[in-house]
Formats: sequence, C-alpha cells, structure tokens
Amino acid sequence: MITIDHVSKQYGATTVVDDVSMHIERNSICVIVGSSGSGKTTLLRMINRLVEPSRGRILIDGKDAALEPPHLLRRRIGYVIQGHGLFPHRSVADNIATVPRLLGWDATRIAARVTTLLEALDLEPANFAHKFPHQLSGGQQQRVGVARALAAEPALLLMDEPFGALDPIIRNKAQDDLLAIQRKFGTTVVLVTHDIDEAFRLGDRVAVMSAGRVLQSGRPAELLRAPADPLVARMIGTSDRALRLLSLTTAGEAALAGTAAGPEVAASASLREVLSELVWRGAEGATVLDAAGQPVGQLSVAVILARGRSA
Amino acid sequence: MLQRLRPDRLGLMLTGSGLVALLWLPFAVFKSNRIVPGVPHALLEVLTTPAALACLAAWILVAAVALWSRHAGLRLGAALLGIILAAWAIAAACNALTPAGNPVVRVAPGSGFWLLLVSLALVATDAVTRLQPRPAQRVLLLALVVAALSGAFALGLFDNLSMMREYAVNAERFGRELRTHLLLALGSLAAALLVATPIGILCHRVPWLRAGILGALNFIQTIPAIALFGILMVPLAALAAASPTAAALGIQGIGAAPAVVALFLYSLLPIVANMVTGLGRVSPGAVLAARGMGMTAGQILARVELPLALPVILTGIRIVLVQNIGLVAIAALIGAGGLGAFIFQGIGQAAIDLVLLGTLPIIAISFGVAVLLDAFIETIDRVPR
Repeated sequence: MITIDHVSKQYGATTVVDDVSMHIERNSICVIVGSSGSGKTTLLRMINRLVEPSRGRILIDGKDAALEPPHLLRRRIGYVIQGHGLFPHRSVADNIATVPRLLGWDATRIAARVTTLLEALDLEPANFAHKFPHQLSGGQQQRVGVARALAAEPALLLMDEPFGALDPIIRNKAQDDLLAIQRKFGTTVVLVTHDIDEAFRLGDRVAVMSAGRVLQSGRPAELLRAPADPLVARMIGTSDRALRLLSLTTAGEAALAGTAAGPEVAASASLREVLSELVWRGAEGATVLDAAGQPVGQLSVAVILARGRSA
Repeated sequence: MLQRLRPDRLGLMLTGSGLVALLWLPFAVFKSNRIVPGVPHALLEVLTTPAALACLAAWILVAAVALWSRHAGLRLGAALLGIILAAWAIAAACNALTPAGNPVVRVAPGSGFWLLLVSLALVATDAVTRLQPRPAQRVLLLALVVAALSGAFALGLFDNLSMMREYAVNAERFGRELRTHLLLALGSLAAALLVATPIGILCHRVPWLRAGILGALNFIQTIPAIALFGILMVPLAALAAASPTAAALGIQGIGAAPAVVALFLYSLLPIVANMVTGLGRVSPGAVLAARGMGMTAGQILARVELPLALPVILTGIRIVLVQNIGLVAIAALIGAGGLGAFIFQGIGQAAIDLVLLGTLPIIAISFGVAVLLDAFIETIDRVPR
C-alpha cells in the first residue's frame, strides 16, 4: 500500500527524519512509536504531504505521491490529529461532510454517509448530527474526528496521537472502536503515538523511531522477542516482556483440542488474561469458549507459559 | 427589614438630580426669536396646575421605584413611563408658550428638562443592563423606541419644539445632509474594508510585517481629524490640478474627497487590528485539520479562518462605523456636507437649536448602529471562549 523509500527531512542543518525506508501492508495497522522529537509526526505528515520530503519518495499504491497535487492527494487520505481539530463553527454533520463536499458528492449521498458513520461510532444521528463540537464530551469529539476522517471512504487513514487527549478509560474504548472500525471498513491505518502500550495493542506492525531513524520495525512479538537495539529494549521494558508477549495472542489462537477441568474463558481473551484467571482460581487449565458459548478447545498453564518464552 | 429599606445607590443619585432639575432649573426656555437669550420657565408656570401636579406625582412614583424596587422589569417600565411623561410635558409646554401662527418664536427645552431626561434615561439603561436581554430582545426594544419616536414626529407632537421648528425650515436640506452623512460614513467603511481585509490577512500570515503595518496605522490614528483634513487638502488639490480625470471625478482639495480619504485612513487600524486578533484566535488544530483534509489555501481562509474570526472582525467594523458617523460631523468643516453642516452653521449663528438638529440624529444613529451590530455579533458568536 505505502512504500517509504529512503525518505529524509531536513530543516536547515537539523535532520528531523533520517533516511527512513518502510513498507506498510494494505488493510493493516502500522504504528510508529517514539518519544517527542523522534520525527514520527514529520514522517506521518510526509505521507499526505503536509510536509514535503527533502530526499526520497513515498509511493502510495505504487504511484509517487509527489506527482499528485497535494490537496487532491489529501482528500483521498483520512487524517486525524490530537485534540480532534473539529471546526467549532460547524455542526457535527457539517464537520463530517467536509471532504465529501470538497469532492462534490450530492447531498443525498453525503447525508447517507454521515448517518452511516455516526451509527458506526455509536453516536445516535438524531441526537448528535446538529450539535456543535463544544456541546460534546472529549470522547465524542474524538469519535466525530474519526468519522470526519473516514467520510470520503479513504483507503488510507493517518492518525497523529489520536487518543492523546483522552483519559485512560475512554482511551481504551476508543482503541477498541478503532480496531472494530478498521476491521469493518478494511482501512489501512498509519498511527503515531508515544505510548508503547498503545502501539502493541493496536499495531499489526510497530516501527520504533528515535532521532529521525527507524530503529526497528516488525510484528510486536518480533520486537519483544528480539529487540534489535538497546533503546528499543529500554522502551519496551524488560521486566514484564513475557506478559506483554502473552497479551499479543488470544486464547482462541493458542487453544489445543479438548476441554479442561478449570474455568471457562472467551476465545477473544488474551493469554495474559487467561493466565491471570488461572493464577487467581488456582486452576491448571481452562476451557476456551467461542462467541456463541461453544467450547473450541482448552489451554493449560504449561501451554500458556511456553508461549511467553523468548524463543 | 432595614436592609429592605436601604435605597438603591443609583436611584438615590438620580432622584437627587431629578429633584434639582425640577425645583431649581428651568423646564422650558422662551425666546422671542432664535438668537436672543431666553426667558426661563419652571414646570408649574408652563403647564396647567393639575397637569403639572399629575406629572410630579408620576415622577415621584418613578423615583420610589428607582429607590426601593429590585425588580429590573419594573424599574425599566417606570423609567420609560417617566421619559414618555417628560416628552409629553415638554411638548405641552412648547404648545402652551408658542403664540398661534408666530413663526419667529422659539421655545426650547431648558436645562431642567435635559437633566430630568438624562436621569430617567440612566435608570432605564441600568434596568436594561440588569435585565440582560438577549440580542433579539435588544433589537426589539430598539425597534419599539424608534417606532414610538417616529410616531410622535409623524403626529407632529413636537412641532412647536424649537429644534423641530429649525427642522421645518430646513426639512429638504436635512434629508439631503442625512443621506450625505450616511454615504460618507458607509462609503469610507466600504473602501477601508476592501483594502484592510487583504492587509489584515497579510499581517496574520507574515508576522514580521505586523508590527510595522500596525505601527503605521496607529500613527495615522493619532493625527487629529482636523489636522488630517488639512494635510489631505494639499495633495488632493494638486492631484485635481494635475489630472483632468481626477478633477472630473470630483476630486478636489475640499469637499467629500479629503473627508472620505481621511475617514478611510482612520478606518484601517480597527479593521486590520481586529482582523489580526480574530485570525490569531482561530484554533491551530482546525486549520491543520482543514489542510490535512485537502482544503486549498483559499478554502481554508473562506470556510474556516474568516468565519471563525468573524465576530472579532465585526467588532472592528462596529468600532469603525460608530467612529465614522461621529467623525463625518467634523468633515462638514471642509465642505463635505453631512449633519455636521447644521452644527457648524448653528455655532456660527449662535443658534443652539440648529446645533441640536445636527447633533441629536448623529447620537441616535450611532447608538442604533451599535445596538444592532452588537446584537448581530452576539448572535453569530457561537464559539465559546
């Protein structure tokens, strides 16, 4: 979907992004994680050309992004920023309709799309469409920001610290919503964050950036098992990396055939959650149930522990 | 209990001034012609005794409300009743003092009437402030006042008032000068808007230009109006002499041209400054999001920045309009016309009624424009600060 090919950005003598190459798969979530000043936001903004690269090129669907007028390119790419950036003088419906209007959609199509998106984001259309941003809670504003970014059915969604302004409980909900929406619409997502937990939770792939360079990029499990750089290891934290690893696999994925004498757990629960449950109950094994409540297999403590080993 | 009996401070002060007005100052002044010093008359001398006593009783009632009532609606109602009575009393006094069919005699409101009117108007203004009316209610109140005044003038209630006698003599010219006045004020505003808008946007975009441009406009603002009119006479006269086209367009050293140019120059600072403030107030997140969604620079300006800055920009326009309506009066000095012409003619002839004929409409128009624009700004300003 996106190929970042030896891209650098310099402001005067300062190099903000230093020779970054990356490939982002279609229908995946790629999280770029790094501390402030690592160049992650600049890298993201070079994808929709809010920032022009000093060197290198960015290919979207095999086409060089630099060849298209920037404003037309941006209309095809969803963009969500921290603190939502909603237009305070426009209603929720008008905010969401921004890009479809720029693209000249007819009013019926826009209205239908606004309703679809509000429903997808748990915002009752009759209740929210005519409200203004200042009448919404922080979590609702953030959801409207996501709905607005998805309005013109973009294949690619860029998110810059989208959940940074939310409190922890609402942030968890917003992350779950993003995963659900990404699955529903099949959007490719590139998300920038400084929160390593968020990166592991959301990312199919995680790229760790520092001082303008990508230190390591790969599946979360790869980063945990084999951090390529001392800084990556430090960022991930070594004290609970086994538990982090367990949290990346669901019970359904790890289950073996049969049933166990212990408690019943949901297939969607992570191995970390299952292990915690087993420790709490003092049980040796658990039966895994699917969403319909039917047993699909079993897990033992030994099997779970094996999954958390470094190799 | 004692707390309840303690009188309202503003009410106490205004009751005091009202008493002074009625007891010691002349209510109406009789002049056998427009320029001789007048003979003062008290209220009891110009009204029939029952009418005068009825008026006094009503004003005492108003004073009682102003002193002891905390109900803003009641205070407003009482003050308006007092004002209507004062207007009726002065009209009746003029009718009583004016001999039938004598066009030379002038009966003017005395200082007592003016002080009473100001005291009552202050009670009314204070009550409106306490009521905190919504924009639509303020506009409605203004419309009612305008309708009442228009009705009174149309019915000829004030025809024997000295100022209205001056109006009767000058009716046709008054209409012409009023139009000129509004044209000069609005025309210079329109020209300033055309020029100040791009300057304001430029100042917002290019920070290093801002201090210089605002400094220059600030400097213009410090030049007294009279001096600026004088300064402009020289280049405009030279331009008219050098270019027949300019002269054909009506450009000359005196008259409307220097007036419009001066008002235009004075208008620039409030508009540019408020534009810079207003655009600076726009949330950077909204602008970044607009760019990120693919709006062009023009679309961002027209659909995000200007709408969000509009309340502050309109505040600048309100300042300019009220300022211009006042300044046009001085432009009459250099032959630009407008209501100021009556003021300076009145000063020259020592005819105070003519001065009032020019002054009072200017005050009324400024006030009305301010109320209307304030209400409009408050209505569109949805964004909480």
